Amino acid sequence: MTTALNGEELAKKIAEAVPGSVVSSDKSSIIIDGKSLLQVAEHFKNKLGFDYLTAVTGVDYIDYFEVVYRVVSMQHNQSIFLKARCYTREDPALPSVTPVWRAAYYQEREIYDLLGIKFEGHPYLKRLLLWEGFNGYPLRRDYL
Amino acid sequence: MEIVRPDLYTPEEADIAEGKLINSFIENCTSPIPDPDRWLDEEIHRNILLTSLDMAVAWARQRSIFPLIFGTACCAFEMIGASGPRFDLPRFGMDIIRFSPRQADVMLITGTITWKMATAAKMIYDQMPEPKWVIAVGACAISGGTFRESYSVVPGINRILPVDVYVPGCPPRPEAMIYGITRLHAKIVKGTIDNPGLSLNKEGKETR
Repeated sequence: MTTALNGEELAKKIAEAVPGSVVSSDKSSIIIDGKSLLQVAEHFKNKLGFDYLTAVTGVDYIDYFEVVYRVVSMQHNQSIFLKARCYTREDPALPSVTPVWRAAYYQEREIYDLLGIKFEGHPYLKRLLLWEGFNGYPLRRDYL
Repeated sequence: MEIVRPDLYTPEEADIAEGKLINSFIENCTSPIPDPDRWLDEEIHRNILLTSLDMAVAWARQRSIFPLIFGTACCAFEMIGASGPRFDLPRFGMDIIRFSPRQADVMLITGTITWKMATAAKMIYDQMPEPKWVIAVGACAISGGTFRESYSVVPGINRILPVDVYVPGCPPRPEAMIYGITRLHAKIVKGTIDNPGLSLNKEGKETR
């Protein structure tokens, strides 16, 4: 069974390695500033050994969008949730983690399709499920 | 409504052409195609409509229907179950399940049809030779079912194709599917050579 790390303890280490990146943290997750997300992802993969991204999830909390990354270290058998928020409803954007974890490729395309969050730096950001010319973003809370 | 195959070759341009096609489907398919129901009137039309040649042709057609499977959701498993040894669909002459529309007579639409899939369904239906029939199996194919209000699901396949028999259920049991097939047999018997599907024109009258 994978051990879920304590986010508060890990957040201190992240704040030392990448200054100004941690917004807040709780027992299960770390909320990362969107600007330094790619830097943190590289630190997680290369320094901490979190080599496996299991899931990327987009959530609409009406006030803000949140993208949740669950990363697992196969080496140490540990896992942690990383979260990033963007507070604009028109044209929300976050840096893509696809250069770091290849597994994010299709899931970021799906989030772009259904929630409308743009992932900057994605190699091929295009609609995945819906067709070209579809109006609106169906998984947003204000759709319909 | 004609299907125009995009003769563009880059993936982006092909996707844009597909999107335009799907949007044109959504704009055009707003009302259901009327169903012919005069064949349900058992005794009145039998002697008037049918000649002996019609009867012989219909008898042959009725006992050699080749189904084309179009399984898009869970109802497809009921169809697989129906064609297995327990429910034994082959005893109705549906022995050979065809995977090519050019060799099939009846299209079994089993499952949810999304707007993206609707273009493919229409294209496959157009490739089937006459005479052809359509059975809509399950709540999703009939009316959209649970996903009727959804952004991506066709609210009833009868907006795109003329449907002969509806088999309700979510999903229907194989017995229900077999009952639907026997109803299709009853319809085929009522058909004539020049109008085997008893299809209706736009005014809702039989085209004879």
